[in-house]
Amino acid sequence: MSGKHIIEISHLDKYFGDFHVLKNINLSVAAGEKIVICGPSGSGKSTLIRCINHLESHDGGDIIVDGVPLDDKVKNIDHIRSEVGMVFQQFNLFPHMTVLENCILAPVWVKGVPRSEAEALALQYLERVRIPDQADKYPGQLSGGQQQRVAIARSLCMQPRIMLFDEPTSALDPEMIKEVLEVMVDLAEQGMTMLCVTHEMGFARRVADRVIFMDEGEIIEENTPTAFFDNPQNERTKLFLSQIIGD
Amino acid sequence: MVAAFIGLIWWLVDNTVANLARQNVATGFGFLDNNTGFDINQKLIAYDETSSYQRLLLVGLLNTAIVSVLGILFATLIGFMVGLARLSDNWLVSKLAFIYVEIFRNLPLLIQILFWYVLLIEILPHPKKSFGLWEVFFLNNRGLYLPWFSTLPGGGYLLWVIGLFGAGCFYVARKARNMRELTGQTKAYVRNYILIGVICLGGYLSLWGVPFEANLPALKGFNFRGGLSFTPEFVALLVALSLYTASFIAEIVRAGVLSVSKGQFEAAKALGLPSSVAMNKVIIPQAMRVIIPPLTSQYLNLTKNSSLAAAIAYPELVSVFAGTALNQTGQAVEIIFITMSIYLFLSLLTSFLMNTYNARVTLVEK
Repeated sequence: MSGKHIIEISHLDKYFGDFHVLKNINLSVAAGEKIVICGPSGSGKSTLIRCINHLESHDGGDIIVDGVPLDDKVKNIDHIRSEVGMVFQQFNLFPHMTVLENCILAPVWVKGVPRSEAEALALQYLERVRIPDQADKYPGQLSGGQQQRVAIARSLCMQPRIMLFDEPTSALDPEMIKEVLEVMVDLAEQGMTMLCVTHEMGFARRVADRVIFMDEGEIIEENTPTAFFDNPQNERTKLFLSQIIGD
Repeated sequence: MVAAFIGLIWWLVDNTVANLARQNVATGFGFLDNNTGFDINQKLIAYDETSSYQRLLLVGLLNTAIVSVLGILFATLIGFMVGLARLSDNWLVSKLAFIYVEIFRNLPLLIQILFWYVLLIEILPHPKKSFGLWEVFFLNNRGLYLPWFSTLPGGGYLLWVIGLFGAGCFYVARKARNMRELTGQTKAYVRNYILIGVICLGGYLSLWGVPFEANLPALKGFNFRGGLSFTPEFVALLVALSLYTASFIAEIVRAGVLSVSKGQFEAAKALGLPSSVAMNKVIIPQAMRVIIPPLTSQYLNLTKNSSLAAAIAYPELVSVFAGTALNQTGQAVEIIFITMSIYLFLSLLTSFLMNTYNARVTLVEK
């Protein structure tokens, strides 16, 4: 077990029925590293990051997060989930709770943080995602961009060491993408370990340490953003980049 | 239009009154004060042959109410358990729940009521060969007998003391919750509940002593006397109504939980919430919005379906009032009117309570 890698994935295999969705994936992530994962739809990129917090179970290989092996032990899964935050494409805020209640639910019930302390922390993170004045509103009263920023704050309230982003801007109107990306850049600059599935190439160029290209369940290519965008090696990468940058 | 409608009603009433008068049938509600001349086998309040029809109405209404309220309670409990069991990852548990739902939902309720009744009457032994447990619980084809108590002077205060105990527990629970939110610590508050219990019990005993004596069921002559008894009609009806309605409630609960988007489960998991917290705080509150309206319908159905008890002579409203009383007095118009009004009142009351609850769980949108 290497000390400097916060996530170590080796020989990961995953099937959906007969469909081999992840094929022998090997990936190590250093603490503080920012990784952008891209690839055509159905390439397994979302499934890969969903394996890291066990929203999907894997069928072969090992995942070690922060020194804890991800197996079927509930204790290990719970531990890893409290260290790993996740932001979804569809926000998935709890619609029957206010913004503040969304933020304090997990700290209070998972970590046993006193309510007043959890609220203070939540307001601090809501400030950081630039919506401190919406704390008493319900998610249904907010715009998509605001909802996604609340979702980021909600994850941060658990004070995770790793953040997973699963296409966080794909369900947003164009004018709202920027405000969410700004929050993510902010987070990256403060040293959070991040794995982002996204097609926001500007974001990738700006913050990523590495860009990973996946197709048909395999990692085809990985490189620094500059090398990846300016000088792609693989034919499939070239084709993909020409498609998303071409229009 | 309105005038025509009122005219039609007036014509109907006038015609009915005229016809009844021509046939020398008494009209009006005066009969309610007459003696009924018959006794019934389950009464929650004092009643005998010399009681009035008014009293009979109340006895029938209470019998309907008790079986409905208990039925709603059991049906809801069983329904939620089966509904959630059907969603279980465990193959056996979900299949058993599936089989339960398909059996009880697909057989006519009347058949089920008769089935449980015949089962109790035919399969269970005579009182002399009762199934007994520790010589205090007895089950035979005349009913279910449980140990109970009789009150002596001072016993009436027990309810007040129990109320006081309940209020104390409520206070402690509130306080425990506030403490939990304040400090994040869940302490052993069981101690406090026991303390309240000891204070209440101690105070009560020192003031009034033990104003109770055990009232155990015992075989006297042909049947058991004493204790708390339930007639086979009541048990059969309650079981049938609860199990039948629970199968519908199970499907409603399942549909409600499935209506909550998959993303909500995933978000709760990703935050590390234990599944019990995720269910209680995230999933069920959202599912309730979908569950409540059809659940209300099931409660109304259960209450109205209790009238099928006429088939096994459980003395509820329809059986004793719209049945026996109607036959004896012949005042069909008044009796049916009263019966329908009562069901309407019960239904509107249930709807009102459920709608009030529903308004509280409605989502706030833009």
